[in-house]
Amino acid sequence: MTQILMPALSPTMEEGKLAKWHVKEGDAVKAGDILAEIETDKATMEFEAIDEGRIAKILVPEGAEGVKVNAPIAELTQDGETAKPAPTQTKTIPSPLVGEGAPQARKGGNGHAVPAAPAAANLEDPAIPEGTEYINMTVRDALRDAMAEEMRRDPSVFLMGEEVAQYQGAYKVSQGLLEEFGPERVIDTPITEQGFAGVGVGAAFGGLRPIVEFMTWNFAMQAIDQIINSAAKTLYMSGGQMGCPIVFRGPNGPAARVAAQHSQDFASWYAHVPGMKVVSPYFAADAKGLLKAAIRDGNPVIFLENEIVYGRTFPVPKLDDFVLPIGKARVIREGAHVTLVAHSISVGLIMEAADILAKEGIEAELIDLRSIRPLDTDTIIESVKKTNRIVTVEQGWPVCSIGSEIAAAVVDAAFDYLDAPPLRIAGKDVPMPYAANLEKLALPTIDDIVAAAKAVLYRQ
Amino acid sequence: MARAEATAAANEAAPGPREAKRTMDGASTERQKKFYRDMLTIRRFEEKAGQLYGMGLIGGFCHLYIGQEAVVVGMQGALGQGDQVVTTYRDHGHMLACGMDPGGVMAELTGRITGYSRGKGGSMHMFSREKNFFGGHGIVGANVPIGTGLAFSNRYTKNGAVCLTYFGDGAANQGQVFESFNMAELWKLPVIYVIENNQYAMGTAVVRSTSETHLYKRGAAHNIPGEAVDGMDVEAVFEAGKKAILWAREGKGPYILEMKTYRYRGHSMSDPAKYRTREEVQEVREKHDPIDTFGARLVKQGVVKEDDLKAMEREIRAAINRAAEFASESPEPPPEDLYTDVLK
Repeated sequence: MTQILMPALSPTMEEGKLAKWHVKEGDAVKAGDILAEIETDKATMEFEAIDEGRIAKILVPEGAEGVKVNAPIAELTQDGETAKPAPTQTKTIPSPLVGEGAPQARKGGNGHAVPAAPAAANLEDPAIPEGTEYINMTVRDALRDAMAEEMRRDPSVFLMGEEVAQYQGAYKVSQGLLEEFGPERVIDTPITEQGFAGVGVGAAFGGLRPIVEFMTWNFAMQAIDQIINSAAKTLYMSGGQMGCPIVFRGPNGPAARVAAQHSQDFASWYAHVPGMKVVSPYFAADAKGLLKAAIRDGNPVIFLENEIVYGRTFPVPKLDDFVLPIGKARVIREGAHVTLVAHSISVGLIMEAADILAKEGIEAELIDLRSIRPLDTDTIIESVKKTNRIVTVEQGWPVCSIGSEIAAAVVDAAFDYLDAPPLRIAGKDVPMPYAANLEKLALPTIDDIVAAAKAVLYRQ
Repeated sequence: MARAEATAAANEAAPGPREAKRTMDGASTERQKKFYRDMLTIRRFEEKAGQLYGMGLIGGFCHLYIGQEAVVVGMQGALGQGDQVVTTYRDHGHMLACGMDPGGVMAELTGRITGYSRGKGGSMHMFSREKNFFGGHGIVGANVPIGTGLAFSNRYTKNGAVCLTYFGDGAANQGQVFESFNMAELWKLPVIYVIENNQYAMGTAVVRSTSETHLYKRGAAHNIPGEAVDGMDVEAVFEAGKKAILWAREGKGPYILEMKTYRYRGHSMSDPAKYRTREEVQEVREKHDPIDTFGARLVKQGVVKEDDLKAMEREIRAAINRAAEFASESPEPPPEDLYTDVLK
C-alpha cells in the first residue's frame, strides 16, 4: 500500500484545494494518468500518477480546501514486480521548504546563527628595492606592458575585443601586441559585446585566461548578464568546482563631450556584486602592477581605466615583475586635518585640491582607493581616526555611490571619531549633457572639493 | 562534404518510429542496450524528482526532461573522451547522460551538502569538471556564448575536443545565439549547437514566437550547416550527432542540429500547461515515446527480450530509489558554507 500525498506544485505552495478527482476507488491507474486537479496559489494543476496500481481508497474528498502539502490524499495498491513501495512515498519526510518549520528555515534558522563574513586579508604593496630606477611612462603604455609581460609569461593569456589587433586598439592600449603575439592571441571581435563576453567566460571555463577589452565600459552594459550571471556567480553556484579567471577591461567614466551614452562611471555597479574584484587605478605604476595581478587572479576582475588618464605620464619602477595586491588602497599624501578619498581620474582632482588647501594651512590626507572591491575600509578608517573628517570624490552618480558606501563604513566603524558628517562629492544626478558648460557643471571640480574640505572643518 | 551539400542534405524529419537495418554486431547491440538503459534512467529519475518536488523536498524551479530523453542520450553516445557539454536549466538528463551520479544530482536538487554544487546551485546550476559538464545555466541563451567559448579554448589549445551546446527553441531567439553563430563560423570553432525544439518556450508555441520555424535553418545567414533530426528516435539522433561531431572535429567549424522533440510535463513544476491540449500530449506519449518505441524496436530486432527490459526497469527503479534516499537523508550544507567559494 502506498499513500499518495498532496503535492507541492509551485515554489510557494503550502496548501491547496483538491478541486476534482479524475479517478474513483477501484480504478486502475498507470504512470501519466491524471489523478486529480489541484488548485495551487498560482493555477489549477493536473496531478499525475507516478506508479501503476489500483486506487484503494480516497482519503480527501473532492472540493476539500486547505489541504496541507504532504497530507495523504489517497491510497494506492501496487502489484507485479514494482510491488515494493518506494520508501520516499510511504513516509512523509519533513520538508526544509514547505509546511511546518518553514519560517525558521527561511530565516536562516535551523538553530544556527548567521555566520559572520570572513575578514579581509592584510595586504601590503611589495617593497621596491632601494636604488630602483623609475621610468616615466603613460598609463596607456603601462597597461600595454602589463598585458605583454603576462602574455609572455603564460601562453593561456590572450586578448580579445573590438579593434584590439589590426587597429592597435581604439585607444591604442594594445599597440604592438598583434605584432608580438600574432592573431591567435590578439583577436579582433565583431561588435557583439554580449557574445564575446560570453565566449571569454567559456574560454576561461575551458582553462584559458582571457583579457576581454570593452571599447568602453558603456558598451559592456550589453554584456552585463554574462559578466555577473555567468562569470561572477559560477564559482559559488558550482560549490567551488568552476571558477572564472578572466579580466574585463576598458575605459570607464566620463570622457569629454561625448554626452550621456558614452559618459558614465560604472564603479558602483560592479562593486555591488559578490564573486568578482573591481580595480580602478590612477597612476601608471598602479595600472601596471594591478593589471598584472588581475590577469593572474583566479576570479573575474573588472578593470576600470579612464580615457582621459591614458595619456598622463607617471614614474613606473623598472622591475622585471611588478605585481600589486588587489584590495589595498594607498595613502598618497599624509595630512592631519581632513581625509580626501578618490579613485581613478578623481585622484588628480584631490591632489590639486590638497595643494590649494595647503596654502590655507589645511593639511589633507589623500587616499587613492585603487581597488573598489574588495574596498580597503581599514586604510580609510585609520585615516579618519586621525583626521576626524572625510570627503569622498568620484565621477559617478551620487545615489548608491562608492562615496555612499564609504560614508556608511566610516559611520559604522568610526562614528565616535567623526567631528563632522562625511561629505560626498559626486557627479550630478543627471545623464551627462553635451553642452560644454553643462558638462562642466555635471562633474566634480577642484573648487567643489576645496569647499567640501572646508565645510567639514567648519571653515569658510 | 562541401558546405553547400551539407546544408542541402538537411531533411525535415517528423517524429515517428524508424525502422532501419542495423548491423547486429556486438558493439552496436551493447550500444542499443545502453541507449535504452540511459533513457529509462533519465525518465525514472525525473519522475522521482517530480515526486520529491511534490513532497516539498525540492524547492524553487524544477524543469523536467521527460519526453526528450532520446536527444541527450543519442548525442552523448556520439561524443568522445574530452569533449564538453553545456546546457540550459533543463539539465538533469544531460548530467545523467554525462555519467554524473544520480545520487549527487538528486542531492543537489534537495539542496544538500552531498550535491554536485554542495547544495548551493540547485536544479539549474550544476557542474562536473570530471565529466566535462560545464552547466547547468539559468539564463535563457547565456550558455550559448559560453559553449562557443569552450570551443574557442579547444581550438586555442588544439586539444581536438568539440563542445556540445544545447539550448531550446525559446533560447534560439536570443540575440546572443546569433552573435555566437557568427563568431563560431568566423573562427571555425568546434561547436555543435543542439537545438532541442520541444515546441514550447514556456507557454509560447514556436509558431507564435518564431518567424522561421525550421530552426535548423538558423545558421544559413552565417554559412553554418544545419539539419533537422527526429529527436524522439535515439538512433537517428546518434547518427546525426556522429556526422556533426566529425564535421566540427575536422576543423570545418560549427554545425546545427535541430532536434524535433516534445516535453510531456509543464515548463516547470508550477506550469499547468493550459497552452496545449491533453490529447496532444497523449498522442506523442502513445505513438512517439522515445523509450517505448525504442524498446519495442529492440524486442522486434531480437536484441533483447521483454523480460530483459523488465529486469532493467527493476534495476533502474531500485537505483533511483537509492538516489532519492541519499538525497533526502544527506545533511544540508553547514552555515559556514554561506561564505565559502565566493572568490578563489
